[in-house]
Amino acid sequence: MADHLLEVRNLSVDFHTAQGTVHAVRDVSWHLDRGETLAILGESGSGKSVSASAIMNLIDCPPGEIVSGELLFDGQDLLKMTDDQRRDLNGRRIAMIFQDPLSHLNPVYTVGFQISEIMTAHGSPKDEARARALELMERVGIPNAADKIDSYPHEFSGGQRQRLMIAMALGMKPDILIADEPTTALDVTVQAQILDLLEELQAETQMGLLLITHDLGVVAEVADRVVVMNSGEIVETGTATQVYHNPTHPYTKQLIGAVPGTGEMAEPMDTAIKPILEINKMGKKYGAFTALQDASLTVLPGETVAIVGESGSGKSTLAKTLLRLEDATSGEALYQGRDLVTMDAAELFALRREIQMVFQDPTQSLNPRMSVYDIISEAFVIHPEILPKEKWTARVQELLEQVGLNASHMYRYPHQFSGGQRQRIAIARALALEPKLIVCDEAVSALDVSIQAQVITLLNRLQEELGLSYLFIAHDLPLVRDFAHRVVVMQGGRIVEQGPVAQIFDAPRETYTRNLLAASLHPDPEVQAARRAERQDLQEAV
Amino acid sequence: MTDTKTLPPQNIPAQTHPAKQILMMLWRDKLAFCAAIFILIVIFCALFGAPLLEDVATKQNLRGRNAAPFDFSKDWVFWLGGDALGRPLLARIVVASQNTMMVATGAVAVSLAIGTTLGLIAGYTTRMGSQIIMRLADVIMSFPSLLLAVIVLYMLAPSVGNLIIVLAITRIPVYLRTSRAEVLEIRERMFVQAARVMGASTNRIVFKHILPVVFPTLVTIATLDFAFVMLAESSLSFLGIGIQPPEITWGLMVAQGKAYLTTAWWLSFWPGLAIILTTLSLNLLSNWMRVALDPVQRWRLEIGKKSNG
Repeated sequence: MADHLLEVRNLSVDFHTAQGTVHAVRDVSWHLDRGETLAILGESGSGKSVSASAIMNLIDCPPGEIVSGELLFDGQDLLKMTDDQRRDLNGRRIAMIFQDPLSHLNPVYTVGFQISEIMTAHGSPKDEARARALELMERVGIPNAADKIDSYPHEFSGGQRQRLMIAMALGMKPDILIADEPTTALDVTVQAQILDLLEELQAETQMGLLLITHDLGVVAEVADRVVVMNSGEIVETGTATQVYHNPTHPYTKQLIGAVPGTGEMAEPMDTAIKPILEINKMGKKYGAFTALQDASLTVLPGETVAIVGESGSGKSTLAKTLLRLEDATSGEALYQGRDLVTMDAAELFALRREIQMVFQDPTQSLNPRMSVYDIISEAFVIHPEILPKEKWTARVQELLEQVGLNASHMYRYPHQFSGGQRQRIAIARALALEPKLIVCDEAVSALDVSIQAQVITLLNRLQEELGLSYLFIAHDLPLVRDFAHRVVVMQGGRIVEQGPVAQIFDAPRETYTRNLLAASLHPDPEVQAARRAERQDLQEAV
Repeated sequence: MTDTKTLPPQNIPAQTHPAKQILMMLWRDKLAFCAAIFILIVIFCALFGAPLLEDVATKQNLRGRNAAPFDFSKDWVFWLGGDALGRPLLARIVVASQNTMMVATGAVAVSLAIGTTLGLIAGYTTRMGSQIIMRLADVIMSFPSLLLAVIVLYMLAPSVGNLIIVLAITRIPVYLRTSRAEVLEIRERMFVQAARVMGASTNRIVFKHILPVVFPTLVTIATLDFAFVMLAESSLSFLGIGIQPPEITWGLMVAQGKAYLTTAWWLSFWPGLAIILTTLSLNLLSNWMRVALDPVQRWRLEIGKKSNG
């Protein structure tokens, strides 16, 4: 039956690990037609990438094992083909692009060579392949492609690298393009451009696009149909609009409910109270490079101030200089009237208790060789005035319960927890010092949407209970919309706009803010369509 | 909270005695267990072998020159054969273990301690301090170690103590460079930043957060170095500036047997085997220790406990 371009039937894949067999996907079936975009949506560990890996013959066997199923491509079962036959199909008729373009481009070859390699590997003459590579680079929108063809991958920006990956994938005019989280590592405005490019290319070549993603916004933007996966099983299939508006499975409902950016916006705080933190014209230079320039903002007690911006906008530099992980080159940061920038070591040590930080990736911010008890109680070791030693266990227990874990987790090690739980541990560690201000540097960016929502709820609850202030650094605008009282928008080391959350989202003044908002994706396909029109208007205006 | 449900709440590990826990983990890794037993035997020989077998090991018996091994009709000390002066090889190996172990352990321990300390300092201080330490290491590295040993031992009397010092100095850069490189990487990790934000002192960061991560690598290098030091000691002994006969070491025995390799292979073979087995055992043990010290990998050694118990 050659009804569909690609059809996966009853695919089950197991992974045999030392801890037992993991059923990565169970009985999964879906299909993809020419000119269609199918999105496989799921959180980490849902098995969303496994079926694509099976199609590309990327599953290592062992430990993987394809237990059952058929992968029909043009009516032929891929699983019954020889390795040589599949190699011939890979790249030529089925191509794939990955999440992190830097690690999938070889740093020691020029991009021109790498793009034409796909074609020479499938038998094209060298000069023809090179000409086609140049053509492709122009097509995917690399400026001055003729000059850049002999450049190396590190000379391109992240978005350009993803364009190069796409050029590489398109070399042989494939029938199917598999994109595994193609825009997750990119800034929102770049993400929008890449998605636009994929859509255009699809319209041109009528290829089938299989998009693997965790982001409902991406689904709303480009997908025709969507397959929702949860722990190795398909829970729901349908058109993007249908699934968003009428989800039938509880998991899908929960997933859609957890998507940020749809709730009420917070009221601005009363500005008459004395701010807890006042940053005045802070600047940071690395040699001749200015990472941060004239940044001024205030944080009130109990307030959440979000700093948003794309990579390289200086938002993390601001956090680092604030916590004296780096020294500011100019300006001042007054914390309750005392200047953090010029403070001496002893005073700074005392202040460490009051300003804490929660890092982006809890996998890296928790010492893997320390138990949860050691990690949290380290605060008391460093600042012995907080608690006498005999009360440590009880306090650690209390903190764990406060962040939604329990006492039995105390003697385990970080790797035994899920990402969301680890971030809770990191929050408990920060709370152990009884801080007044917590700097969250992309604290939920590495987490799945539903876990993100839980952690945000936790942060909100802690703010109410303990009167904490947050300086919340993020690139995800919808998240900020739900969580922050005030928003600071940064670009190229400068603050371009700041104001109450409602003002920034409903009536942004600066073009940059408007671009940023237009580029962020909304999970509702209909809203997203309107937003896209707005984005195109903005582009035309430029 | 849904994500807390992924782990069963009741799983506080039963607090068994740490020593028993270590033994259990050692038992899981059978190779490491054998290695540990072998090392214990070597240590026992080194401590008690010399006083017990000294007389037998030094008694010459010219009729039993280069006696072949596996002649079970003879006294048990001759089972591995006799050397060029008819002294029993087995007894000599046991007696030699004392000097060998003393020199090797001493040299490795001293270079490990000094090299690691300097490496941690070089990795975590200012550019200037790091530069000074690294250039010193370069000086040592650029000087042929054997030449250095010859000069020093020529001036000082060749004794076990001096031998340890010389060998230790030549091996310091290995640990220094490794630990510095690792520190430079680890100090940028998030959990070190997190500790700094909490106000942890430099000492605490270095000893509590950085050293435990660097340590397994260094121990692995140290066990490999063990063999190197034993052989370096033997080449010094061969040149006549190391251990002086009648004192013996395994390395010296290998060197002495060299002349008879074609006619009596066992003279060099048995002490050589002792060196190989000791290093191999240490390697297996260090490998086991690397796993046992790492909470992420420890389950590999604990997993059998459930199925067996």
